[in-house]
Amino acid sequence: MTTRQIRLTVNGQERMVEVEPRWLLADVLRERLGLTGTHLGCEHGVCGACTVLLDGRPVRSCLLLAVQADGHAVTTVEGLAQDGALSPVQEGFRQEHGLQCGFCTPGFLITATYLLEQNPRPTREEIREALSGNLCRCTGYQNIVNAVEWAVRQLAERNVSQP
Amino acid sequence: MKPPAFEYYCPETLDEALGLLAQYGAEAKVLAGGQSLMPMLNMRLSHPGVVIDINRLPDLDRVTVEGTSLRVGALVRHAELEHSALAATHCPILPAAERLVAHLAIRQRGTVVGSVVHADPAAELPLVWLTLGGELEVRSTRGSRTIAPEAFYLGYFMTDLSPDELAVAVRFERPAAGHGWAIEEFARRAGDFALCAAAAVVEWDATRGVVQRVRLGLGGVGGAPVRLDEAVAPLVGAVPEAALVREVAHRVGQYLDPPDDLHASRAFRLHLAEVLSERALRAATRRAQAKEVQGA
Repeated sequence: MTTRQIRLTVNGQERMVEVEPRWLLADVLRERLGLTGTHLGCEHGVCGACTVLLDGRPVRSCLLLAVQADGHAVTTVEGLAQDGALSPVQEGFRQEHGLQCGFCTPGFLITATYLLEQNPRPTREEIREALSGNLCRCTGYQNIVNAVEWAVRQLAERNVSQP
Repeated sequence: MKPPAFEYYCPETLDEALGLLAQYGAEAKVLAGGQSLMPMLNMRLSHPGVVIDINRLPDLDRVTVEGTSLRVGALVRHAELEHSALAATHCPILPAAERLVAHLAIRQRGTVVGSVVHADPAAELPLVWLTLGGELEVRSTRGSRTIAPEAFYLGYFMTDLSPDELAVAVRFERPAAGHGWAIEEFARRAGDFALCAAAAVVEWDATRGVVQRVRLGLGGVGGAPVRLDEAVAPLVGAVPEAALVREVAHRVGQYLDPPDDLHASRAFRLHLAEVLSERALRAATRRAQAKEVQGA
């Protein structure tokens, strides 16, 4: 099996890794780069637990071959905290009890981060619409939406552009 | 749930890609957005010997107006068409349909042409393409051709595309300025494939106060989307009174043969087809009439 060298930027750091073409980006992040914050739930794009940012846009890392990320920038949940401090979205999940088992949480954090970058003042309906591609079996979703609203208020108060 | 081994190519030119398709033909699968192919690979429902990744091909990522159509290149993502100002101006049913496609993350990668070519009978893009009319631009080492939607869909996930061919763009016929449109979908959850979907376009004759042209398409009702030209014929040249629209919607079922399956019974699908047809026709007509009032 021929392997390829790929070079990708992960959470701001350049990483080089040798991969088989059939390896998924999710597995390479987890197993080769040790970034196990990205979770695999359904492995066919439905649950959203594997969501990462590729060049700033949310994508299913279970539906990307690692070789496709060659030359691109990936942000995982590990890249959301700034200088050791939780991001506003992360803090919102802590404040509003937006997680229980935490399995779906990385995918929600990534998607919510993107949402607030695009739309810093979403309505509750817009939040639900944006997060509708992420599934949670524990919480019943109310606190997840509350968590994102907490981050919205926080960002508005701080007038900060980085969610 | 991991893909089986395959040979992977990532051509940098269209000629390279077409050469690979000519060489490998039915052994190869084209990878664009991957939002339909990758699940199949992950679940090993598909075992291509070769995967041809077209994401580095140049000049396939544009949305342009070309004559009477809106042309969408093979690497245009769902999200790009969803937010395209050209589409909103010239063909607003397209951004509306895109908002119904899957979810945010899927739309960042999945492509418009990919959806058209994947030919899921419950998908929104094939339905809108058939309803509007248009062409698929197809290339191979043997040359180029175009395929109309009426000739393209042959059955469940089956199309007229040959194994050595690559779809490079899809064209959607632009309805006349001031047209009305609507897409109505029924699904159990937001983002699901449609159990039934209706797409309608109405062009309005303002001077006579009647429907000039009407198109109605239905998805999720069988192996391919269908256009109901015969069923809507009574509306052409007519005043679209509620009773007439209801009558037309009621007779739509005569032209359908939907399946009984896991997701819905035949009877339920026929019921949905009637209800959604009526809603789509009414909404499209109202939009057309409103634009007339606004002087659009």
